[in-house]
Amino acid sequence: QYVPVKGDHVIGIVTAKAGDVFRLDVGGSEPASLSYLAFEGATKRNRPNVQVGDLIYGQFVVANKDMEPEMVCIDSSGKSSGMGIIGQDGFLFKVTLGLIRKLLAPKCEIIQELSQLYPFELVIGMNGRIWVKAKTVQQTLIVVNILEACEYMTAEQRKQALAKLSGN
Amino acid sequence: PGDTSVLAGLYGPAEAKISKELPDRAALEVLLRPKVGLPGVLERSREQLLRQTCEAVILGVLHPRTAISLVLQVLSDAGSLLSCCLNAACMALLDAGLPLAALFCGVTCALQPDGTILLDPTARQEQEARAILTFAIASTERKVLMSTTKGSCSVEEMQQCLAAAQRAATTIFQFYRDSVRRRYSK
Repeated sequence: QYVPVKGDHVIGIVTAKAGDVFRLDVGGSEPASLSYLAFEGATKRNRPNVQVGDLIYGQFVVANKDMEPEMVCIDSSGKSSGMGIIGQDGFLFKVTLGLIRKLLAPKCEIIQELSQLYPFELVIGMNGRIWVKAKTVQQTLIVVNILEACEYMTAEQRKQALAKLSGN
Repeated sequence: PGDTSVLAGLYGPAEAKISKELPDRAALEVLLRPKVGLPGVLERSREQLLRQTCEAVILGVLHPRTAISLVLQVLSDAGSLLSCCLNAACMALLDAGLPLAALFCGVTCALQPDGTILLDPTARQEQEARAILTFAIASTERKVLMSTTKGSCSVEEMQQCLAAAQRAATTIFQFYRDSVRRRYSK
């Protein structure tokens, strides 16, 4: 199970809007809170358009065992740097935390090889959630299946699978 | 051997109800469901035994104000049920990846009227025995976490049963190791 850590970037699912604060499910023992002002360019008049069920990519500013975790979608200089509401379409799925760390390692061949296959957008959350969007639904599902299978495949098996797919 | 089986499911650490949350540690709840009928007083007392054994090994302080639920369903009972439940609980804790101070295993000893010690007795052997002792033994230095006795026996006999149980515990921990190895290698 995921344990929130300060500074981790995660994908959260909005479960409730309680006044000025959103409750996000991040896969931990309790929901995280996200203030509506924690987005780039958000003011009291200019509220972000967040609905229940939306996907948000953000980082933890408070995450310890004694308090409810708090997230923001801006970094220390006030810029969003890729964080915020994740767009429409795409596919969200869960993998093990070990695979996430493997994918986020500096030189990860899996993502380089996959990007040569199809172009796609990828958001990786440290809480075990990955969001993928490719041009067609079929391509998206193929990318999802390869990422899920990478847990158990060796490098050669992966290269064989990708070679078969790019041949088709 | 092999006819008693218990299915264990572990949920958590999850959000606890405000009435049940503890401010500094995780709150553990155990539910034991018998094969037939509604849970009665015997199940309740076993639940408390299991709960206190698990609380001794789970590092609850790492997850304050959370709830951990362990649900055990008895699938078949052919003797030594409590130690089967203990083993199932420990494997569930291992599989869920909860932080533990030690592993534990359950061993049942039946003391027969003529004084011989039987490990993991069948239901029939349990009925004929003079006393039945169940021990929960920790993996670190084979210390005793929990012991419960039904029937009467002398102190020396109890010591002998404990020593036999500690020896048997080694086999069970090896089984845990092999199961986990099989699960995580493909």
